[in-house]
Amino acid sequence: MSAVLRPLSSRPRRRLTGRRIILAAVLAIAILFYLMPMYVMVVSGLKDATDVSIDQMWSLPKSLSAGGFAEAWRQLSPNLGQSFLLVIPATIISSLLGAINGYLFSKWRFRGSEVIFALVLFGMFIPYQSILIPLVQFLNKIGLYGSIPGLIVVHVVYGIPITTLIFRNYFANIPYEIVEAARIDGAGLWQIFRQIMLPLSLPAFVVVGIFQFTNIWNEFLFGLTIITNPRQQPVTVALNNLSGSFSVSWNVVMAGAVIAALPTLIIYVLLGRFFIRGMLAGSMKG
Amino acid sequence: MAQGALERPAARTASPRRRLVPERLLSPLILAPSVIALFVFVYGFIGLTFWVSLSNWKTPKRDLSLIQPLWETYHRLFTTTRFQIDIRNSIIFTIFFLIGSVGVGLLLAIALDQAIPARGLIRNVFLFPYALSFVVTGVAWRWIFNPDSGITLLMDHLGVNWLLARFGTGPIRVDWLISPRVLGDIPMPDAVKAQIGIPVALIPVIIAAVWQLSGFAMAMYLAGLGTISNDIREAAALDGASLYRTYRDIIIPLLKPITISVLIILGHISLKIFDLVFAMSGKGPGFATDVPGIFVFEQTFGANKYNLGAAASIVMLALIAVVIVPYLARSLREVER
Repeated sequence: MSAVLRPLSSRPRRRLTGRRIILAAVLAIAILFYLMPMYVMVVSGLKDATDVSIDQMWSLPKSLSAGGFAEAWRQLSPNLGQSFLLVIPATIISSLLGAINGYLFSKWRFRGSEVIFALVLFGMFIPYQSILIPLVQFLNKIGLYGSIPGLIVVHVVYGIPITTLIFRNYFANIPYEIVEAARIDGAGLWQIFRQIMLPLSLPAFVVVGIFQFTNIWNEFLFGLTIITNPRQQPVTVALNNLSGSFSVSWNVVMAGAVIAALPTLIIYVLLGRFFIRGMLAGSMKG
Repeated sequence: MAQGALERPAARTASPRRRLVPERLLSPLILAPSVIALFVFVYGFIGLTFWVSLSNWKTPKRDLSLIQPLWETYHRLFTTTRFQIDIRNSIIFTIFFLIGSVGVGLLLAIALDQAIPARGLIRNVFLFPYALSFVVTGVAWRWIFNPDSGITLLMDHLGVNWLLARFGTGPIRVDWLISPRVLGDIPMPDAVKAQIGIPVALIPVIIAAVWQLSGFAMAMYLAGLGTISNDIREAAALDGASLYRTYRDIIIPLLKPITISVLIILGHISLKIFDLVFAMSGKGPGFATDVPGIFVFEQTFGANKYNLGAAASIVMLALIAVVIVPYLARSLREVER
């Protein structure tokens, strides 16, 4: 895992060879390609309404203006709040559930637990289209359709496979001898979890927390189908509405895209190392 | 190589003590609520969706009586031109998206495997799109591929169009996103009403998807490259193998398990792609960028044809299961060994 961050292989020669020139060119082109959409989004957002004619897309703003951002903020801030109301509880609950499940699946296995685990894992690969109709009816029946708590329930339940997987792999690396020693001292299943496993699992909580925060923040289909009131929809859905509305100019849409992306981008910049670990763990390998 | 996800935890010894609930039962008891909830939400709901796909429910009013004949809705689904186009788009998208992401990801990983300055920073640049929502990506790339600005304009700025004019050809106008054209027309039996080729409007969507997810492939390859010991590289260098040969004949074959994982993970993402297309181009001209995910959404929540939407979602699930189930089974078998 930390292999991603391994130091440079020590190669002393740094001559300006043809190979190094090709390498630099490949990297330079790639960097421009990856940053281009971000450049367009930010630059457009900084232009004011008089400056946004479409043939000026690539040029820097003539005068700095918060025009796009101010308007996008006015439109999206309620939904931004809804997204936080959704993502924070959903991330916390699903991380705790994952920690307990992962602990039990790795240290308290029973007959058939491996098969059950595999069946749980399958849940993270299904297309959610294939469960939407019964899901909407179920939420309707329990009175949570159209509400943020309903959406939290959905994200917590469908988050079980991935959070369980990451915690299970994490706990699998903690030697079983520790559990055995604790049991000889008379500690039970819960005590071992609370007093030994939980204090050891902070890194796993960070990885799972970031992973779930990003996933749920970026999610679109559930937000679109389960929340019908536009004021309550998560920010990804609101951004899509904004983008499809003809009365909104495109610099506002671009600024809106930056605003909607900012929370996960900040996490990525601050905690990139854990972010990569979550992403690799989410691929089931690592 | 990277360890399997389903590592086998050490075996357990029998409990020496008596408690209110025997500890043997405690683990399954605590697991039960969340596992049962998940099973209901996954397998129970899939079962219900399958039932809906066999029912008469095609108006806002719920009707769960079975349709006669039972396969009627599936038959209608597969003979619908739009759904045939969707399957074509899904396959074309998957093929080019996988080639693009794996190719770019591997290239970038190898580039970052060399001694270069600011390696960590550059890696982060390639990775950050992965942190974004597909909706953000779709919104941004939609404007970049707007026929009147974006790439078209860039061609002007970079002088490409000026150069083309010198050679007597017209300027390039990148209007792919609004083009209903389909490149190629592979002959098919009469039952296939969709034109089988590459829809031009899908190309920008593929580029956006590669932009977003090639960083994932790169990170996987970098993790894999980190596990290849320097001895192997040095041995190859001693034998006089060029850098190119070392990668082609030794390192890339060693990365094969990573490639398989990347293909399966990205493959299943592309088979269920929805948000990106929805935000970037929607159905597209002549359904040129329509995909099964959008079809299901529109039939179910737009047209209230619940049985048709349900049937299409079951087809999506089946396509993904074909990819994922062997992968899960293989990981499980590795554990048992």
